Amino acid sequence: MSDGAHAHPESFISKYVFSVDHKVIAVQYLLTGMVMGLVGGFLAYVIRMQLAEPTGSVPGYGTLNFVEYNAVVTMHGTIMIFWVAMPILLAAFSNLLIPLMLGADDMAFPKLNRLSYWTFLLSTVVLVSSFFVPGGAAAGGWTSYPPLSASAAYSGGHLGVTFWLLAVVLEFAAFLMGGINFIVTIINMRPRGMGFFELPIVIWMQFVAAIVFMLSVGPLLAGGIMLLLDRVVGTGFYDPAAGGDPILFQHLFWFFGHPEVYVIFLPGMGIIGEILPVFSRKPLFGYRMIVWASIATGVMSFIVWAHHQFIAGIDPRLATPFSITTIMISVPVAVMIFSYLATLWRGSIEFTTPMLFAVGTLVLFLLGGVTGIHLGTPATDIFLHDTYFVVAHFHYALIPPVFMAFFAGIYFWYPKMFGRMMNETLGKVHFWLTMIGINVIFQPQFALGFMGHQRRIANPLLFDSLNTVQAIELQWLSTIGVLILLPGQIPFLVAFVRGFFSGEEAGANPWRANTLEWVAPSPPPHGNFAEQPQVYRGPYEYSRPDREEDWFPQNLAS
Amino acid sequence: MAMWWFLASEIVIFGGLVFTYLLFLWRYPEWTEEAAHTLTNAGAINTFVLLTSSYFVVLAHDAAHHERYQKAARLLALTVAGGFVFLAVKTYEYSHEIHAGFVPARSVFWSFYYTLTGLHALHVIGGMVAMTVVALAVRKGQNPQRVEYVGIYWHFVDVVWIFLFPLLYLAS
Repeated sequence: MSDGAHAHPESFISKYVFSVDHKVIAVQYLLTGMVMGLVGGFLAYVIRMQLAEPTGSVPGYGTLNFVEYNAVVTMHGTIMIFWVAMPILLAAFSNLLIPLMLGADDMAFPKLNRLSYWTFLLSTVVLVSSFFVPGGAAAGGWTSYPPLSASAAYSGGHLGVTFWLLAVVLEFAAFLMGGINFIVTIINMRPRGMGFFELPIVIWMQFVAAIVFMLSVGPLLAGGIMLLLDRVVGTGFYDPAAGGDPILFQHLFWFFGHPEVYVIFLPGMGIIGEILPVFSRKPLFGYRMIVWASIATGVMSFIVWAHHQFIAGIDPRLATPFSITTIMISVPVAVMIFSYLATLWRGSIEFTTPMLFAVGTLVLFLLGGVTGIHLGTPATDIFLHDTYFVVAHFHYALIPPVFMAFFAGIYFWYPKMFGRMMNETLGKVHFWLTMIGINVIFQPQFALGFMGHQRRIANPLLFDSLNTVQAIELQWLSTIGVLILLPGQIPFLVAFVRGFFSGEEAGANPWRANTLEWVAPSPPPHGNFAEQPQVYRGPYEYSRPDREEDWFPQNLAS
Repeated sequence: MAMWWFLASEIVIFGGLVFTYLLFLWRYPEWTEEAAHTLTNAGAINTFVLLTSSYFVVLAHDAAHHERYQKAARLLALTVAGGFVFLAVKTYEYSHEIHAGFVPARSVFWSFYYTLTGLHALHVIGGMVAMTVVALAVRKGQNPQRVEYVGIYWHFVDVVWIFLFPLLYLAS
């Protein structure tokens, strides 16, 4: 079946560095993503300090000119989406969970998996090194619209943009390898007795996400190649003077870019879907409905992209259909959210740290979803477009699945990964600091957006409407939020590192959960299971009246 | 199976490019004049070469299926040779067109021409490398099932060309 099927003694290098074991690769993705998360978090701090004191100098960074500020904003977005959300949510959790939840010994193609991680690491190195090339990092926004990205005259950065493009292309090649691996593993390596409708919900969502990613990334790669050629060879794809069209890139980018939102969102929601039933001791409400809703979300995500371009000069007749699909996609998402809420209904809820983060995800995401309606409607979008309202909406929509669900998942599966528990007290402190921090940062930004604060402005005081006492206070409030949120991550890092050395021994199934990963010992050895378990039922049989215990593992015959 | 999914992702890459090209073609009818400057005969020869090489891959698959590994390796070598002929003709075309002043930056049509055919040529080279590796292993009887996989890939490269040839060369 796979190369990793038979455990044999290995050197440190082959076991932890050039490993083909899916769990080691998952941890590699996880740690790389977390390091990049710290970089992205630092950039967020630089942005907020600059906006609070536009004329001062940022402690720990120095003064920024406008080009540097744009580079910081660009790299913050790029890193957080492509180098934190993607590796952690898609790569790390899929790599960890797919084989374990299928009771399999490894992925279908372990060597491809290793190649995927090392390609990703290479892309990370290319991206980080772009900070140090002459002219600095890319500064054309994380969307890299031409002409900003096509010519150095507009955005300052020159080599930086080429590095940016190379890094993105490399990274997508890495995730394509990973994604194909996930899809094939899920289709081919399910255990006996596990049909598609006995799959845990998180596996379903990772499955849909991998397919959506695979089918949407092509046009962006094509667009990226064209942009690269425009820059390096001098072709004119996006240059109106040469007969090209800059809006073309926006179409290609968002044809990928919007499905990408769901590529991140679905695995995050899947993680929540695993945690809620365990800590309410109730079956997941509407399992099949959630599955169909996630498929519907995946399909519909392909026909909403132009809502990013309502004021980019597209045909107004095109705006209405895209507005309708955009608002329609909230239906399957609402189905998911309501099913999750119904799972909580009258359960015996236990607020462990993973559960707190899971519920926090739902609360925050609701705000992101509701504010999205204003932006999906062309009439209000024309007013709010490119303001901090969008920034706040976007962060409310993506921070829950990216960070909250990531923390929920880590606190939940850490015992499986390392065989030890994380500290609950530190976890709860971490949760509350994170929750408060996020809201203090982004609530004021809705208001700032209405006052006319455009994104990517290094000095808001140059604008009359923002040079008021009220606006400056809101800027400071938002910055204080960052100063709560970032130190708020210290308890997490302490718990993460300390758990590894001195956490309580977890045992195979500390949460009394049903899915197959809890059958394997913690941490699972190379090869995971002595033999692939047989599956007898769906994953969410909690509190069955005919059983004494309130859980019923998938692999138990009776 | 992974090969099929891989090809699905490849289809969207080429699909995205070809689709944008078509939209441009629709908007700029004058491109047909530019397309008249492509070397249709060279393109036609290359179409023939690629189709023939695909035939050899089918034969190689058949031979590997009947465990005649030496023959399969020889047929793969013939396919690779077909790839070399294709690239040689392509090189001649590129140099001819660049000498005539039709460089990528001349107009968006030529940008598309070089991007599409260049990306396709990279796939041809990739296929040739993969087939060489597979042929060397199959000669020793290792991994004969891979003949089928490179075969599927080669057919895909072939089909992409079948789309590119009329769109770029015959658009006049």
